[in-house]
Formats: sequence, C-alpha cells, structure tokens
Amino acid sequence: MTHRFRDLLALEPLNADELTFLLDQSKPFQEIQRHPLKKLATLRGKTVALAFFENSTRTRISFGTAASRLGADTMNLQAEASSLKKGESLLDTVHTLDAMKPDCLVLRHAASGAADFVARHLDVPVINAGDGMHEHPSQGLLDALTIRDRKGSIANLHVTILGDILHSRVARSNIHLLGKFGCRFTLCGPAMWVPRELEKIGAPGVSIRRVFRVEEALEGADVVLVLRVQTERLHEPALSTDDYVLLYQLSAERLRRAKPDALVLHPGPMNRGIEITPEVADSAQSCVLDQVTNGLAVRMALLFLLTAGDSENGEHPAVEAQAPRNRRSTDVKDPSHASR
Amino acid sequence: MRIVEKAQLMSASEIDRTLQRLAHEIVEKSGGTKHLALIGIRRRGVPLAQRIAQAMRGIDGVDVPVGTLDITLYRDDLSKVASHAVLQSSDISFGVDNMDLVLVDDVLYTGRTIRAAMNGLFDLGRPKRVSLCVLIDRGHREMPIESQFTGRVVQTSTTEIIEVRLREIDNEERVVLVDRLD
Repeated sequence: MTHRFRDLLALEPLNADELTFLLDQSKPFQEIQRHPLKKLATLRGKTVALAFFENSTRTRISFGTAASRLGADTMNLQAEASSLKKGESLLDTVHTLDAMKPDCLVLRHAASGAADFVARHLDVPVINAGDGMHEHPSQGLLDALTIRDRKGSIANLHVTILGDILHSRVARSNIHLLGKFGCRFTLCGPAMWVPRELEKIGAPGVSIRRVFRVEEALEGADVVLVLRVQTERLHEPALSTDDYVLLYQLSAERLRRAKPDALVLHPGPMNRGIEITPEVADSAQSCVLDQVTNGLAVRMALLFLLTAGDSENGEHPAVEAQAPRNRRSTDVKDPSHASR
Repeated sequence: MRIVEKAQLMSASEIDRTLQRLAHEIVEKSGGTKHLALIGIRRRGVPLAQRIAQAMRGIDGVDVPVGTLDITLYRDDLSKVASHAVLQSSDISFGVDNMDLVLVDDVLYTGRTIRAAMNGLFDLGRPKRVSLCVLIDRGHREMPIESQFTGRVVQTSTTEIIEVRLREIDNEERVVLVDRLD
C-alpha cells in the first residue's frame, strides 16, 4: 500500500482505511519508546517548524520530541515571543518560516481553519496541531490508538464525552475518527456547551445523542472522554465551578455506571478536583499516561509519513497521480483577521 | 520493460535441504546455543529464520528464540523510496545484550540492508556477536559485509533479479533468476 498524505489537517475527510493505516503506522514507533536508545537517524538533515500561535506545552513538547527522536531538527515559534505581538499577519509569519525551508510545518492556532488556510498557501507539508474549535487530528489518533491497544478494537464502542464539547476540537476529532468505526456517542455537559447542532457533526449514520444527567450519560459506556474545563469559561451566575463539580465531575461513584472495563481518557492538562476526581485520574481505568506516550508514537509516524522522502524532487508518484493541488494565494481570507 | 524468467535456481526440496544444512552449520559454529537467537529481516528473512529455528529443534532439541526486524527506518535510501515505504513492526521479545545473534535474510546483494539491520539491532542493546545467514549471495557488494552462513553463491549481472518465493508469502516455493529487458 502506498499512501497519499500530503498534509494532515483534519480527520473528518479521511476514511476508515486511511485512519487504520495511520494507526498501524504508529505501532513501530510505540516500540521505539521502549528501546534503550530512542533516537533514530531516519529524518537526519530534515527540519520541522513548530509554529504555535496559541499556548501549548504538551503538544509542542510532544511534536518536538517526536522530531528529535527521528533525528530531525526543529525551529520553534511561540506566540509570546513572536512578531504576532508586533502585528504581523499569520500569512506573513508562516511565509517567513517557510523561507527558512523547513520540511514540515506543525501549526497550532486559535482560529478554526488556520491550518487549512496555511496549507493552501505553502508547499511545505502542514500538520494541524489544533485549530480553534475545529480539529486536533493527532490527538484524535492518539486517543484511538490508546483505546485500540486496551480494548483490542475501536469498532462499535459506546463513547461518552463529558464537558465543554462546543469549544472542543478534541471532541470533534474523536467523533470524526471513531464514528467511522461504528462508535456511537453520548455528549454530556452544561446545555450551553452541548448545543443541538453537535448531534449533526458526525458523518451520516453516526449516532450522537445529548444527555444532561451525567449518571445517565455514563450508563453502559465503553470509553469516557473527559474534556478539560476552561475555568475562565465558568462564571456566575450561569454556572460556577462548584456547580460544575456537583453536576458533571467524573467521580468513582459515577464511573460505576459505565461498563466495569470502561476506559477514561483526558487530553490534558487535567484540573484534578474539577472535571475529574484524583481517584479516577489515578485509577487503573485511566489511560492518561498511555495517551502521552502514544502521542509521541503518533506524531513520529506523522512526521515520518509527511517528511521522509526526496525534498529535492518534490512529491512522490502516489501524490502526483492525484489532481494537482490548488495552492491559492489571494482568494482565501486570512482567518487570523476574521475574528478581530 | 519486460521481466523474463531465465532460470530456476532452487526447487522447494533444495530450499529445504539448504535450510537444514544452514541450521547445522549455525549450531556447529556457535559453540553452544545458550545465547543464540535468530533475527529474521522483513519480509522474507522472517519465514526463513522460523524454518531454521524449526530445523534446529530437530538437531538436538535446540530451542532458539526468533525475532523479526523491520529496517525501513534505518534505510539509507529513504529519500528515494520512503514516501511509499510502509512500516512494519519489529518484534524482538528478548534482550539482545550479550546475545549471539544471527541475522537471516533471503538475498545478500549490496549489503545495505544488513548495514541498516545492524543499526536497528544496536538501538536495542549490545549483542556479543552478530553473524549473517542468507539463502542466496548474489555478489555486487557496496559495503564491507559478508555472510558467515551461505545457502548458495550465484553469479549475477546487475540487471538480473533474484526472486525468492516462499509458501508463507508467495504461495509457491522456489528461487528464480529473472532479467529486466528494456
């Protein structure tokens, strides 16, 4: 099998075979995390640009470590230190990075569609490391890999997602991936964070229901995905932190409603004592540390797939066989300005 | 370009006899099988290593562990082939420190595959000794690498290809010499 990945911008357009391929390609890199020597020379001489226009610690460290374990060098751009503060546009900034000739660009941005926008303008492969409320594809892949390892399969599971689903790109990437394998979803959280439109975000035929009592939402779940609560979004009088804990926190007692072997996932960083109790976070059902290790494997696989190859002669035949990619330069609005 | 089959180099029974002989040679030369292990290089080295291990069991109940190694990440021609390269898992369930390892592959040609395999092995630890066992040595080395256990040496030209077809992978069992004609 050859693959046709040029960028990784979202999981929504990928089919089950392509998603399975990406998960399978992560397996050899899981083994490397167990080697005494974890550093390969596979991408020696390649450079990965990490452009994080939004605060991120773990995703940036994960991509940076993945690049270094493959032997690649990284160039780092962080929001606070960047010229964004001086008013440069997203496009000018990424063109500047691109002029330093990286072999791959990993992009995190607060605006939905930012990665897609940048990929349309640059020839360098782009990996979306989270764009606004849209997608976080490497997180979706590492969650699926973690579930597949523990359960043996990701087919036909009942997945309950708790928290602020409206603003969550992690929830969307999970729904777009797991939905293609027959999983069904129960969304639960404060009504303002679980609007009716979310029932229709899956592909046709994917079952998504909203439930507002957490005990009912957990009933029979195979997987519980707990989302991080942005405490700045919790405020009186709509919903206080205490109310959230009382109504939606995942506690050991509530988790007993789920299947006995249900898995608990959290994309991190966790607010212990808010969306999850320490007891659940540290339980045998919790996969949070596996998620971190698998994140490295998934990101190594993505960097390998998108950057190994002949950078001098451009794209490989499997890509050239496709319709030429339209790299527009003028007809797309810069999303970094759209929200201003 | 046409691919023409020029000759059959080995039949199924010749492959079998050769593997039996190689198993005996490895046991004889290793001086004790306590630390011996076979590492099959994906893909066709893997069934060959398993069959040699099977043959060793028939010699004097010698039971040697067999691992598999995927060398894709260690290739030196990734820039030419990598975008199509699909990774397979390596599976070496024993520690390689102080082991007497025999790499097993179907055809020894430039030596680059073996160079990559050794890099992969040394990421796992420090074996005491690494030797090489191949079914066919076709010459044209580009690295200072030789096999210690060789099924057959075959003179070839660089346009020729040796195809080792094994029942586990190819549903037939023979070794053929084919040529590329422009």
